[in-house]
Amino acid sequence: MNTQTTTQAEAQSGAPEAVVEAKNLDLVFPTNDGPVQALKDVNLTINKGDFVSFIGPSGCGKTTFLRVMAALEHPTGGTITVNGMSPDEARKRRAYGYVFQAAGLYPWRTIAKNIKLPLEIMGYSKAEQDKRVEQVLELVELAGFGGKYPWQLSGGMQQRASIARALAFDADILLMDEPFGALDEIVRDHLNEQLLKLWARTNKTIGFVTHSIPEAVYLSTKIVVMSPRPGRITDVIESTLPRERPLDIRDSPEFIDIAHRVREGLRAGHSDD
Amino acid sequence: MKTFLSVLTVLAAIVAFWYAACVPMNIKGVLDAAERGGAEVMPATSKVRRDMGAFGLVAGNTFAIAQTWEQDRPRLPAPHQVMTELWNTTVMKKVTSKRSLVYHAQVTLNATLLGFVIGTGLGILLAVGIVHSKVMDMSVMPWAIVSQTIPIIALAPMIIVVLYSIGVQGILPKAIISAYLSFFPVVVGMVKGLRSPDAMQLDLLKTYSANTAQGFWKLRLPSSMPYLFTSLKIGIAASLLGAIVGELPTGAVAGLGARLLAGSYYGQTVQIWSALFAAAILAGLLVALLELIEKMVLKRMGMAS
Repeated sequence: MNTQTTTQAEAQSGAPEAVVEAKNLDLVFPTNDGPVQALKDVNLTINKGDFVSFIGPSGCGKTTFLRVMAALEHPTGGTITVNGMSPDEARKRRAYGYVFQAAGLYPWRTIAKNIKLPLEIMGYSKAEQDKRVEQVLELVELAGFGGKYPWQLSGGMQQRASIARALAFDADILLMDEPFGALDEIVRDHLNEQLLKLWARTNKTIGFVTHSIPEAVYLSTKIVVMSPRPGRITDVIESTLPRERPLDIRDSPEFIDIAHRVREGLRAGHSDD
Repeated sequence: MKTFLSVLTVLAAIVAFWYAACVPMNIKGVLDAAERGGAEVMPATSKVRRDMGAFGLVAGNTFAIAQTWEQDRPRLPAPHQVMTELWNTTVMKKVTSKRSLVYHAQVTLNATLLGFVIGTGLGILLAVGIVHSKVMDMSVMPWAIVSQTIPIIALAPMIIVVLYSIGVQGILPKAIISAYLSFFPVVVGMVKGLRSPDAMQLDLLKTYSANTAQGFWKLRLPSSMPYLFTSLKIGIAASLLGAIVGELPTGAVAGLGARLLAGSYYGQTVQIWSALFAAAILAGLLVALLELIEKMVLKRMGMAS
């Protein structure tokens, strides 16, 4: 995989390297009340190192799109590639780590053992497992908590542990489905700040689903605004904020401008109901 | 302390009701014996008494009330009679004696445990199959349910006859009847337990491209533990019942079922009741033991409720 990414980078020398490319993507769920169009004609390119937020009301397909990237759902029309291959292949090559809304740690495993779960499944050696657990625990600022059980940790710490679990196997892409949705605002702010630091240190490509406008604007280099029935993209905003973002950047006029544009996009999508 | 007192009150009420019930149940027998012994009884002949209500007899012969709790073969033995019999046939007898309830309980216990192990093993295997195979889900589950609608008392003699004809006897037929009763709660509980991980947990494993076996050992099996223990507690009680029922049709000479049978042959109601109590106490101990193991295991697994 390494050789492949370098050749790709060489071929495109300098130009941003596309990690995810979706073209005319459609997804229809058959339900008892007839088919539901979860995604309609979605076109999107995510470049290497992007932090992309998907924002929109429930039912707009933001989670569905994330799941399509992860090969947890399969599109009924159009094409999508992840690292230049199909999402299924990309998954087999451990292209991404996925973080769900709930931490979903196994209560019968310690934090370290929880982080080892994907490593055990993927067949890493014992020594390698231990080394990686140390690394990612340090990355999410949970060093020293490896021996604790999930119930001994706060909700925010549990979610950080689940991020560590997704980072443990060196995936280039981190897909996060409302990871901080269940946490209170103060914890959330702190985790957002940490996430940005982690992104800067690891240079991962991040797909992040949220329905908080400040969260989307604060974190992202690219904000994808979506609207429901059918799920579609109504606006893609390239953020003009610098990569280095202290928390108080949220009071700057630039931040407020972007937030305003996101809000407008959401309102436009909502006009039909 | 308050709960303890409440529990004690309920227990006292049950015992009081039991003593009260002994009076009308046993009054006719007591009066017949008293008449033979030359006492003055109202009315005087058993022929007349037979047609009278028990409460009327009690009202007319209040002197006999105390004796309703002291008969040799009462219709309903009094609590202290049963307890005395239990004490005499357990603590006061050598455990190797044929008259020791400990000896009989241990005979039944062996069959119970063997049946429990077979039933639990079978139940878990079936549940694993049912969860992983649609065909097994649709073909095995209905039969498992139907199997439990057949009265075991009707089926047990047939199992014993069939096994005897192919040369299997001794502890195994009883154990198989035990297993027949105990596999079912294990199947039902384990199917539910193995299916208990939510969609998110299963999706997470999918993102690791985990295979079915990894999903089973790392997620499904540990998740099913609380369900397994609930099933085991029902299963062990059912196993004991199966072992006792298995002893009835064979005319077994040892075991709690044999004690019940012998007691009913000879009208030894005190013996029947003490065997029943022994079975209940045994079941209680087995369930309590499982509960203890459950507490320890689930606490260790961080799943204690």
